[in-house]
Amino acid sequence: MNLVLSPILDILGMIGGVSQLLSQTARLAPRALMSAQGRRLGWRNLWAQMDRVGVRSIAIICLVMSCIGAILALQMAPVLADFGQVSRVADIIAIAVARELGPLVTAIVLTGFAGASIAAEMGTMVVSEEVEALESHAIDPIRFLVVPRILATTIMMVYLAAIGDLAGALGGMSLSWVVLKIDPNVYIQHSFDILKVRDFVTGLAKAGVFGAIISGMACHLGLTVRGGALGVGTATTRTVVLTIVALIIVDLLFTGVFYFLKL
Amino acid sequence: MTHSPTSVENLALPIPATAATPGNLPIVDGREVAIAVEAVTKIYGTRTILDKISLSVFKGELLVILGGSGSGKSTLLRLMAGLIPFEGGNLIGLGKNMSDMSVDDLSTYRKSVGVLFQSGALFNSMTVAENVALPLREHTTLDEDTIDIIVKIKLELVGLRQHSDKLPSELSGGMKKRAGLARALAMDPQILFYDEPSAGLDPVTSAEIDLLMMDMNKKLGVTSVVVTHEMDSAFRIADRMVLLDRGKFIASGTVQEMKDSADPLVHQFIFGLPDGPLTQRRLASGYVDDLLGPEP
Repeated sequence: MNLVLSPILDILGMIGGVSQLLSQTARLAPRALMSAQGRRLGWRNLWAQMDRVGVRSIAIICLVMSCIGAILALQMAPVLADFGQVSRVADIIAIAVARELGPLVTAIVLTGFAGASIAAEMGTMVVSEEVEALESHAIDPIRFLVVPRILATTIMMVYLAAIGDLAGALGGMSLSWVVLKIDPNVYIQHSFDILKVRDFVTGLAKAGVFGAIISGMACHLGLTVRGGALGVGTATTRTVVLTIVALIIVDLLFTGVFYFLKL
Repeated sequence: MTHSPTSVENLALPIPATAATPGNLPIVDGREVAIAVEAVTKIYGTRTILDKISLSVFKGELLVILGGSGSGKSTLLRLMAGLIPFEGGNLIGLGKNMSDMSVDDLSTYRKSVGVLFQSGALFNSMTVAENVALPLREHTTLDEDTIDIIVKIKLELVGLRQHSDKLPSELSGGMKKRAGLARALAMDPQILFYDEPSAGLDPVTSAEIDLLMMDMNKKLGVTSVVVTHEMDSAFRIADRMVLLDRGKFIASGTVQEMKDSADPLVHQFIFGLPDGPLTQRRLASGYVDDLLGPEP
C-alpha cells in the first residue's frame, strides 16, 4: 500500500510546496521591490538573476531552436513534396514553433540550464547553513532568495520563448533556402500569412507559466534538501526530471484548453 | 555546584511574574536575565531532543553549553536564537515570551541577537564586506557611506579589514569564522550565540577565536552563549558552564567547580577520559544482541 501511497503523497506535497512558494512570491514581490530596503537590494537581486537565468542562456536557446526549425523543415519537406506544396513548410514551422515548440523546448533547455543550477544553489545554501543565517538576521529567505529567482525566470522565459520563436523560424528559413531552394521572401510571406497574434500570445502566455513552474520547482526542491552533498545531487536530478514531466503535463492542459476555446 | 542528574534539571532561577515586562529584562537576585528557558521540550519526530529543560542566561555573562554529539546543545542554541519552534514550556528572550511573539516581534528579537554558525555560513556569492553589510542594508536606512564605515569597524574588530573584498571561497576556516562573527556583530546584538566556534580549526586559530569571543563579551558587554565540546576552549572562555546529556542538564558551575565534580559522567566528559559511564553506556547498547541476535 505504501508503495502506491508514498509517491502520490510525495507528488501532492510537492505541488502544495510549489503552489505555496508561488503564492508567497506574488504576495511578497511588491514589498521585495518597492519598499525602502527592497529598492536597495531587491532590484539588484532581480537584475542579477535575470542575467544569470536569461541573458546567459540566449546563445544555447538560439542554437537549439534554429536546429529544431531546420529539423522540422527537413522532416516535413518530403511529405509536402508529394502534394507539390514544399513551400508550405514555412506555415508548418511558423505554427509549430510559435504555438508549441518555442515555449516548450525553451522551457526544457532552461530547466537544464537554470532550474538545475537554482536547485543546486539553494540546496547548497541549506546544507551550508546560509538559509538559516538569513533567518537569524531576520531576513525572510523566501523574499530574499525565492522571489527574485521566480520573477526573473518567469519574465525571462517569455523573452527567451520569443527569441526561440525567431531562432526556430530563422533556422527553418535558412535550411529551406539552402537545401529546399525556397526563396526567403516566399518563406517569410507564408509565415506572416499563417500566423495570427493569438498564436504568439498563447505561446508566450504558456512560456510565462513554464518559467514560474521551472523556478518554483527548483526553489522548492532546493530548499527542502536534506542530507548534505548527496541530498543536493538528488535534488538537482529530481528538479530536472520532475520539471520536464510537469512542463509536458501542463502543456497538454494548456493545449486542451486552447483547443476547446478555439484559441 | 550540583552533581546529581536529578538535582540540576532546573537551572533556571524562578522569575517573578511581574519581573518580565516587555522590553525590560527580568531581574533575579540582582542580576538581569537575558534569556530564561523554562521547562522547554523539543521533539523531532518521535525523538525527544530536549526534555523539560530550564536555564537562565544572565546579561553580560559568557555561558558555555557542553555536551556530546547528539546531546541537544545545538538545538538548544537555535531555540534560544528564535530559529526553531519548541513544543512545551516557556522561553523568555530579552524580556519577551517567545510563545507570545508575533512575526514582527520575532523579527525584532532576531535583529537583537547574533549567531555565529559552525561553518561561518557566509553567503558565497557576496564578498566579506557585502556579507557584513547585508543586515545593515536590509534593516536600516543608513546611506552606503555610513554602512561602509560600520563594515570597516566590524571587520577591524575581527582583524579582517584587509580582506573585505575577498569572496568566502578565498578565506581559510578561521577567517570564515571571523567574518561570520563580524556579520553577527553588524547590528550590535545584545546576545551572541556561537555554535561550535572552534570546530575544525587548528589550536592556534582556535585560541584566536576564543580571544575574540572573550573580547566581544568583556569589551562590548555582549551576553554570549557558546555551544562546544572542545574542552580547552571551554576552560579558557567560560564564566559558567552547563553540561547537557540526552536532552537534560546534568551539571552546572564555574570551570573549577566542573573540574572538581565528583560525578563520574561529568568527570569523564570534562577530562575526555576513554573509560567511564559514557563509554559503558555505548558498549551496553545491545551490541551482543545486534551481533548474535536475541537469545531464543
